[in-house]
Amino acid sequence: MVPLNWYLMLSAAVFSIGVFGFLTRRNIIIMFMSVELMLNAVNISLVAFSHYLQDLRGQVLVFFIVTVAAAEAAIGLAIIIALFRNKATAHVDDMNEMKG
Amino acid sequence: MPLVMPDLKPITPEIVMTCLALFILVADVFIKRKETLALLSIIGMAAAAFTFALPGALNTTFGGMFISDGYSMFFKIVFALNVILTILISVKYLAVERVNFGEYYALLLFSTLGMMIMASAGDLIVLYLGLELMALSTYILAGFIRYDMKSNEAALKYFLLGSFASAFLLYGISLAYGLTGTTNLDRIAMTISEKGLAGKPALTLSMIMIAVAFSFKIAAVPFHMWAPDAYEGAPTSVTAFMSVGPKAAGFAVIGRVFLMAFPMVRAEWVAVFIPIAIMTMAVGNIVALSQTNIKRMLAYSSIAHAGYALLGIIAGTADGLASMMNYMLIYAFMNMGAFAVIIMLRSEGFKGDAISDYEGLSKTHPLAAALMLVFMFSLTGIPPTAGFMGKFYIFMAAINAGYTWLVIIAVIFSAISAYFYLRIVMNMYMKDPKETVTLTTSPSMGLALAITTVAVLAIGVLPAKVIYLARVAFP
Amino acid sequence: MNYYLLIPFLPLAAFLINILFGKSLLKENAHWVAILAVAGSWVISVATLIDVMGGKTLNQDLYTWVSSGGFKASVGFLIDPLTAVMLIVVTTCSTLIHIYSTGYMHGDNGYYRFFSYLSLFTFCMLMLVMANNFMQLYFGWEGVGLCSYFLIGYYFNKKSASDAGKKAFIVNRFGDFGFGIGIFVIFLTFGTIYYEPVFSQAGAFATKTVNFLGYDVHLMTLIALLLFCGSIGKSAQMPLHVWLPDAMEGPTPVSALIHAATMVTAGVFLVARCSPIFSLSETALMVVALTGAITSLFAATIGLVQNDLKRIIAYSTVSQLGYMFLACGVGAYTAGIFHLYTHAFFKALLFLCAGSVMHAMSGELDIQKMGGLKKHMPITYWTMLIASLSIAGVPGLAGFFSKDEILWMAYSGPSPVGKLVWLSGTLVAFLTAFYSFRLIFLTFHGKFRGTHEQEHHLHESPKSMTIPLMLLCVGAVASGWVGIPALIGENLGIHNYIAEFMKPVLGHPEGHGTHGEEMMVMLVSVAVGFAGIGLAYFMYMMRPDLPGKLATQFSGAYKVLFNKYYVDELYSAIIVRPTIWIARNILIGVTDARIIEAIVNGVPSAIGGFSRQLRKVQTGFLHHYALIMAAGVLIVMGLMLMRSW
Repeated sequence: MVPLNWYLMLSAAVFSIGVFGFLTRRNIIIMFMSVELMLNAVNISLVAFSHYLQDLRGQVLVFFIVTVAAAEAAIGLAIIIALFRNKATAHVDDMNEMKG
Repeated sequence: MPLVMPDLKPITPEIVMTCLALFILVADVFIKRKETLALLSIIGMAAAAFTFALPGALNTTFGGMFISDGYSMFFKIVFALNVILTILISVKYLAVERVNFGEYYALLLFSTLGMMIMASAGDLIVLYLGLELMALSTYILAGFIRYDMKSNEAALKYFLLGSFASAFLLYGISLAYGLTGTTNLDRIAMTISEKGLAGKPALTLSMIMIAVAFSFKIAAVPFHMWAPDAYEGAPTSVTAFMSVGPKAAGFAVIGRVFLMAFPMVRAEWVAVFIPIAIMTMAVGNIVALSQTNIKRMLAYSSIAHAGYALLGIIAGTADGLASMMNYMLIYAFMNMGAFAVIIMLRSEGFKGDAISDYEGLSKTHPLAAALMLVFMFSLTGIPPTAGFMGKFYIFMAAINAGYTWLVIIAVIFSAISAYFYLRIVMNMYMKDPKETVTLTTSPSMGLALAITTVAVLAIGVLPAKVIYLARVAFP
Repeated sequence: MNYYLLIPFLPLAAFLINILFGKSLLKENAHWVAILAVAGSWVISVATLIDVMGGKTLNQDLYTWVSSGGFKASVGFLIDPLTAVMLIVVTTCSTLIHIYSTGYMHGDNGYYRFFSYLSLFTFCMLMLVMANNFMQLYFGWEGVGLCSYFLIGYYFNKKSASDAGKKAFIVNRFGDFGFGIGIFVIFLTFGTIYYEPVFSQAGAFATKTVNFLGYDVHLMTLIALLLFCGSIGKSAQMPLHVWLPDAMEGPTPVSALIHAATMVTAGVFLVARCSPIFSLSETALMVVALTGAITSLFAATIGLVQNDLKRIIAYSTVSQLGYMFLACGVGAYTAGIFHLYTHAFFKALLFLCAGSVMHAMSGELDIQKMGGLKKHMPITYWTMLIASLSIAGVPGLAGFFSKDEILWMAYSGPSPVGKLVWLSGTLVAFLTAFYSFRLIFLTFHGKFRGTHEQEHHLHESPKSMTIPLMLLCVGAVASGWVGIPALIGENLGIHNYIAEFMKPVLGHPEGHGTHGEEMMVMLVSVAVGFAGIGLAYFMYMMRPDLPGKLATQFSGAYKVLFNKYYVDELYSAIIVRPTIWIARNILIGVTDARIIEAIVNGVPSAIGGFSRQLRKVQTGFLHHYALIMAAGVLIVMGLMLMRSW
């Protein structure tokens, strides 16, 4: 059996990759994908905990997270499309009309 | 296994709200006059608010996942007021902005529903769902003026940073779950003390992650970066909504989670929140000084106010929480009032959100200027307005809890804040009007202004009732 | 709660109505609201007085404004004999002066503004006297100060008026500073700001000393003197008396209401109200008595040679206020309040008569340019004559009883300075009679000395002005009859009602003298009063050349008096001018450019500069925001890590 710690390390690693991606990439879609990666990292650890604790709550939460992530993706893409109509770009650096 | 029906009485307001929001969404298809939807929303919200007082409403249900107590009730009242006032000030404004769509009201209601669920959450899962329901609706609202680049940008920034923060929250939740084997707030606290988890790095990490996510919601420094841009770009009515609702909801869950689930690690989270509170007050008040856009200035002001309210959480006493709740209610009124005046200045072809647009307002529109004066005084915290009482109770609670030095810092920053609030007053009263400003008024706007002004003055003069309510509400 | 509430809130309502609708709706009818409100207050005050005489007192919080921890501030009312008397004084004078103002201010383009200020003033004054805690007292105190500032500077286009307003405000700040600290010390000592617990516990601190600036100071003396600082400012006692004569720049009804009958008496009221504290400190009482005695003597001598009608009366006010403090200082608080009460009537009357004269003389105030007005304005003449007789202490009139009471208490009381202040008081009585009648003779008798145009214009004032004069005249005659001393009253079966009435609050020290001595004191005071009148008659009626001769013969003394002992010049020389000189030469020349500028302008501009720098952090780039958030997480983690190490 794979020990819990391995899952947690994987989760932490994936989460960090997500954070790193979010911080470094400039394309809105990729940034958003990085966030999804972070969420899935959480899912990994939740499922692992759930299995380890023999408790279903963790998996229930995973379902909710997946659902919310789907809704989030829909809204995110809608916002990106609205933006794209006004300004044909998916680059976040083009979006600094407001600052200070 | 027999199907046991959970006690639905405590959750009635949320059920009513869900039905209402869905009904508005459907009714939008059939009703051409969107003002009717606004009216229906207000009536529905008021009806939902009435269910707060139904017998058996104060109880815990769904196996401790949903807590309906005085604390959550108080916040739900704030949310209900927030959404009603927002709808009142939106009606004409949406037409001016040419985004008079029915979804607007449904989204406001869904967002409010999310806040209500947050306030009542007894379980991290419920909390997360409520938070996302609130946040997702607000993202859309922020970008509601589809053709406006600023609004798009506001929505995008808010959305991306918001989901980034949510990921932190989830990471924190998963750690807490892994350590304690439960997501129930009460049981988390029990397990922490039973297993002696306090002080373990993993638990501290979990606590930090959760604190970060909530700090994002209340726009505390350094997790505030989204706020000025989102507030400036969003439709003004949504800015008003966002600056009160999600913030109050954020404070509701901070109070709930940290005092209910993490009382054992109080020393740790106080050590997290103290620097955050100081930075929040500092950055909010100082950066507000050099703003030229009033919405942006109020965004920083809203950041600063979160800093004051955090003192109530840091104090951690019943008095502290009561004063924080009190502050949220007062803040709802004064901020809504200020935004209502800002919205009035917006008319076809005139933005009216620059601070210089307020020059000489007292000469052209004395009543509007007088009302703005009241709200600015209140935001500064000058007696006898509500803002003074809010600050007074927060500071008193913090002093009584032994944080005198923190209060001194807060008072200093509060003094600095007078500079930028009173600058608006100075512009209105001491300068001559540059151009003629036409006000966009409507009966609903008048009603909203009347409610907020009366509340700001009445609470300033008779604060005992409100603080009593908040104190009784706290379990 | 009950109808007492309406006493202050009727004027408040009138103020709100006038300030909101006065300009647009009420205009020339603004006075109706104000008069109805204050008259209503008067009716209720009378009812209150009757209740209190029936033995009813009240000490109740109306509502609590803030209550947190040990601190509680509320609006609460204390109705006791002292309050009841003050209510009568305030509402009676206020009502009559409101009525008078309808005539006096007629046609002024700030008519509604004037009445709204008067109402606000009345409200603040009533809150002050009805307070049951120091916070509210302070609120009323500052409120009347603010209204006074508005009203003195009412003719704000006139530079001297706005200067006088500023002067009053600034001079009062000195006193209020001490007063504020006094209240703070009370809170620190007793942990409350309510009269009742403070006064009942005061005895327990009677011998306590505190370290103040390195000295061991008797705590009660400290509190009493700090509170007295406020009194000195508000009641225009030495050395802060300079604002009151200048305050005469305001409209005459204001002078009558604020600077004679009500506001300036707040200081005396404060001392009487805090008598439980003052009585515990012999030093403080002595300071009060001597301040009062010196001020009354000092102001009376100045009054001898002034030529400005209103200023003479103003100095007379300062002098009489000194009398009241003198009484309080010898422990005879009742006598002080009694004098406050009689003084309110005859002093308001004097001022209103002066206003009436001014009205007839088209604003002329120099009594050297008047004379012979008796036949033109008989009502004004007779009422003013009666007021002057009253202030001179002619037996049977109000002033006689209260003044006699004070002098007797000073003479017979236990105070170590009693005899001294009695002597000075008697001298003042003489001077008062003299200058009051100098005023009467120069104004109303002899030949008219003004221009023909003025003479042609002379006329009696309208009814709205003369009726209040006549009503106040009744007060100036009869108000003293409630305090007829035992010496006279005993045989007639009349008691000293006011002393008995006030006894529960203020106590009533028994004199330690024989009937013979009491008779002597009374006769001396009556004699000096008549002597003063007689001397005035001699100098200004029989030998009108004499004053001029005396002035040249004793030109040194005359100049000193005429220039008010050069106090204004002294202040100008030692405070104002050095301040300006330092400001010009040192501050602007040296420090201002470098140090002050650096602080006064530097701090805000530093913050402003910092603000502009800090703004730049908000770059508008999303990834910067995200980076800062992530950095924030790391910093918080780092903090936690450091904690655990």
